[in-house]
Amino acid sequence: MSLRQIAFYGKGGIGKSTTSQNTLAALAEMGQRILIVGCDPKADSTRLILHAKAQDTILSLAAAAGTVEDLELEDVMKVGYRDIRCVESGGPEPGVGCAGRGVITSINFLEEEGAYEGIDYVSYDVLGDVVCGGFAMPIRENKAQEIYIVMSGEMMAMYAANNISKGILKYANSGGVRLGGLVCNERQTDKELELAEALAAKLGTTLIHFVPRDNVVQHAELRRMTVMEYAPESKQAEEYRTLARKIHANAGNGIIPTPITMDELEDLLMEHGVMKTIDESLVGKTAEELAA
Amino acid sequence: MSLTVEANTQRNKQLVEEVLKVYPDKTAKKRAKHLGVYEDGKSDCGVKSNIKSIPGVMTIRGCAYAGSKGVVWGPIKDMIHISHGPVGCGQYSWAARRNYYIGTTGIDTFVTMQFTSDFQEKDIVFGGDKKLAKIIDEIQVLFPLNHGITIQSECPIGLIGDDIEAVSKAKSKEYTGKTIVPVRCEGFRGVSQSLGHHIANDTIRDWVFDKLDKDAPPRFEPSPYDVAIIGDYNIGGDAWSSRILLEEMGLRVIAQWSGDGSIAELEATPKAKLNVLHCYRSMNYISRHMEEKYGIPWVEYNFFGPSKIAASLREIASHFDDNIKEGAERVIAKYQPLMQAVIDKYRPRLEGKKVMLFVGGLRPRHVIGAYEDLGMEVIGTGYEFGHNDDYQRTTHYVKDGTLIYDDVTGYEFEQFVEALQPDLVASGIKEKYVFQKMGFPFRQMHSWDYSGPYHGYDGFAIFARDMDMAINNPVWSLTKAPWQQQA
Repeated sequence: MSLRQIAFYGKGGIGKSTTSQNTLAALAEMGQRILIVGCDPKADSTRLILHAKAQDTILSLAAAAGTVEDLELEDVMKVGYRDIRCVESGGPEPGVGCAGRGVITSINFLEEEGAYEGIDYVSYDVLGDVVCGGFAMPIRENKAQEIYIVMSGEMMAMYAANNISKGILKYANSGGVRLGGLVCNERQTDKELELAEALAAKLGTTLIHFVPRDNVVQHAELRRMTVMEYAPESKQAEEYRTLARKIHANAGNGIIPTPITMDELEDLLMEHGVMKTIDESLVGKTAEELAA
Repeated sequence: MSLTVEANTQRNKQLVEEVLKVYPDKTAKKRAKHLGVYEDGKSDCGVKSNIKSIPGVMTIRGCAYAGSKGVVWGPIKDMIHISHGPVGCGQYSWAARRNYYIGTTGIDTFVTMQFTSDFQEKDIVFGGDKKLAKIIDEIQVLFPLNHGITIQSECPIGLIGDDIEAVSKAKSKEYTGKTIVPVRCEGFRGVSQSLGHHIANDTIRDWVFDKLDKDAPPRFEPSPYDVAIIGDYNIGGDAWSSRILLEEMGLRVIAQWSGDGSIAELEATPKAKLNVLHCYRSMNYISRHMEEKYGIPWVEYNFFGPSKIAASLREIASHFDDNIKEGAERVIAKYQPLMQAVIDKYRPRLEGKKVMLFVGGLRPRHVIGAYEDLGMEVIGTGYEFGHNDDYQRTTHYVKDGTLIYDDVTGYEFEQFVEALQPDLVASGIKEKYVFQKMGFPFRQMHSWDYSGPYHGYDGFAIFARDMDMAINNPVWSLTKAPWQQQA
């Protein structure tokens, strides 16, 4: 089987890292050999697999050694739960330097060092907002081929999912990146499943899986573990196994998304009764003004 | 070939149209606004300027970093100017302008040295502020006699948002009020080096003038005859051959901006009685500021060729008492025999020769008088980075029907020269070999072709000799192979 290159994108705080690590742990359980590439300067994409926040990020070691060329793959690659290999790009503290350039540097380093040899899956975990070209690196040529967008029934999460689809569309023709599908991480908002499915349909894709909310995820996280490891017999672990099986079976089914406009997105919310029809006379008015 | 003014104007207009034909419509439309023919009585040269160059053409322009580091700040000799960013900008602009200075290089003066923060990938990713702080510390140890530091930003500094102002303030405090000037002259800003001049001028205002202690006792005894030379970069010693004339007429030059200049001179300038401004384009900003804030009047002058020098000396003297006015006349009279000797020697060899100019922001107009003193005629001129006020000032120099080309492209310049067949092309290093290979005598008008000075009376003698050397060099009769020559 050829290497599957996948990436998880989604609004910040939506549960990308949690969902991706649990799903990848489930894929490892199925015998798949996994490499996780954390592309977030916070370097917390592999915390649940390694039981610790990775200290030796590519960029911090490169800065200490002088240049990235001075590093060896062994220096940066850590092995965690079920032999999942983990690397973290790392990056500057907030407010200085250029984290986007850091992602580019790290991914080029991993490719040159042959980090993708002898594995079945490489998964990129990218920070919430694709704020510049650097964070779009994983969806550019010869990088991730399937993007899974983690979202929920919240307006802003759906908005972010739509924006990410625009990014995929931009690179779809030049690099062959495809949208693998949506993963809804339940927030218990109104008509969440319906909305997620409707958005998936609008984007021309499918809702791969609806992951229900379960406190066991929090319990596992507090122990810096995936649910797969902390409570393998739990119902939630079974959900992640289902998601993993679906992603595994989804090879080659990615599509070029058809992102929608902001108006269409608002219409979607109204159709499902989440939002009442917008009365244009109310737009921009404060509660106090409306009461008067 | 002698044309009437009308016929010449007509021919030049036609030439512009023909040259534009090769461009795509959109480009031709844009470039048409930058090419024109000066017509007597108009208030400017009829061309647009200070507009972004068109991608795909070969422009002769530089960038904002070039304007700040290369022109305004670089010549300040007792300060260290850090090219902040990747090594290339500093390396390839190293010692490119011949700003002469007096001092012991590497000990108390640093103009011909190159300081760079040599950014690596990690500096881009993690930011370069810590590295900058370390460089400043190292400079303090290695070059303890430096009188200040400027930070000349290259493009990446602006892209990654480094806080060079904070580093400057912290280090200035650490080194007991040392002058440390952060300059935001990232190359992508503006359309040419011109914005770099402006940004650099503003940093002198904000980080030198505004840091002066108003209540501190003056560091020199003022006199009623204190002037500052503004906008002379001492290329080949230009400022020196200018300074002596001002001094001979009884003025005291308290500062040179910025050729052979020092931070102490910059700091002294707000006490000048008059600022005399040579390069208007690059230093009018700070001159205007000093007029507004310190009430110092400023006057433009032109020290190319005896006619303009005499007019300028009188203009400068008109701001002072009779002593100085008499001094000006004395100086003019003193050098008159020398000038006459120069003209007697060279004018017969240069009379009627035609020149096409293309220089930066001052010389496209300022040198015209010097050529005319030698009986030569400027038939085409243009600025790399002039603004409309430069083209307005140009009207006082050019003749009716002169071809004007703003931000000329390599292609246009070649076509114009080919069509007008001047006896001399006077422009920069990038143009030199193109035109020499086309068989045209050429002089570099940025670097004086490693000669100079050209300013002042002494400079005119050298200027005349150099133009003669270029035009009357026997090599130009040998550019055609014998079998290609007409029988």
